[in-house]
Amino acid sequence: MSAVAHPIVDHNVPAGEPPHIHHMDTVTAYGAAKLGMWLFLATEILLFAVMFCSFAIMRYYHLAEFHDASKHLNIWAGGFNTIVLLISSFTAAVAVTKAQKGDNAGVVKNFGISLVCGLIFLAVKGYEYSEKAHHGMFPFVWNSDFYHYKNFLGLYFCMSGLHALHVIIGMAILYWYGIRPAMRSRFSGKYYTPVELGALYWHLVDLIWIYLFPLLYLVG
Amino acid sequence: MAHSKSHSHGHEEIGHVVPESTFLKVLVALLALTVITVLAAQVDLGKWNIVGALLIASVKASLVIAIFMHGKYENKIIWTYIVIPFILLAIMIGGIFTDDPFRVHPVPFGAQAQQAPAAAAPGAAAHH
Repeated sequence: MSAVAHPIVDHNVPAGEPPHIHHMDTVTAYGAAKLGMWLFLATEILLFAVMFCSFAIMRYYHLAEFHDASKHLNIWAGGFNTIVLLISSFTAAVAVTKAQKGDNAGVVKNFGISLVCGLIFLAVKGYEYSEKAHHGMFPFVWNSDFYHYKNFLGLYFCMSGLHALHVIIGMAILYWYGIRPAMRSRFSGKYYTPVELGALYWHLVDLIWIYLFPLLYLVG
Repeated sequence: MAHSKSHSHGHEEIGHVVPESTFLKVLVALLALTVITVLAAQVDLGKWNIVGALLIASVKASLVIAIFMHGKYENKIIWTYIVIPFILLAIMIGGIFTDDPFRVHPVPFGAQAQQAPAAAAPGAAAHH
């Protein structure tokens, strides 16, 4: 009976109060959630680490190809996207401070800016992809003029594509765990775990791009 | 007020509150480093281009982890989780480059023979 009446995490509490957790006090639950998030981020970094390893070995064997092919990427679009992501990361960090001070409207505003920045990033990325498609710069299209760039282009589309997927997921997290509850004044100095964990995910997206931009666009 | 008791577990806050002005300074530093990376890439420094780009990227990443992600204020267990993936990445890259370049590949690697770094890989050179 009690298992049904008292779920492990009970969010049915007044706004601003931490959820009732069956077997933990609030501070322990906060620390445990954050530790779990960092463990997940570690697996995310390792997911991209495999691709960075592929990039390193392919670049080692096809240095000239990588140099030439990376010159075909649009530095202005990539640089613009870098700035957009850095700003979005800044507002995500500010949103955590806002939540800690109990400013729910500030969470909505700052996560909202991050979300719009994510949209701008995806729009620019889509423009870049369509440019590449227009010139036939897809990997493994054997009759393309750019078939000899297949190693670089394969890694470019894999790495930036997986990153773009993370941007999309990150935007969903910002909305679902940050903006939506904050519109109901869910957060306070006592309870802001979802805002902090959502912001951590968004920072990871930015972190990956910090490495992708110079590797793909600048040095090749 | 908010940050005066930030080092203790006060009644209102359960984590460290970083003032927004700190985040703004970090953002300015990150934007400046981005401009420096782009400018540095315009100069041909040979293999030092990628070394410099990765160094600047790592400074930026450290700033994001330490300040934006509150890493500076976290305990040792979380720091273990932060550091381990980077150690594993270093082991993977190190493992690849101490192994693969010294192998004799049964088929010359890739279609473009002129790009094969035969001089840099004694094992591959011996195969011709």
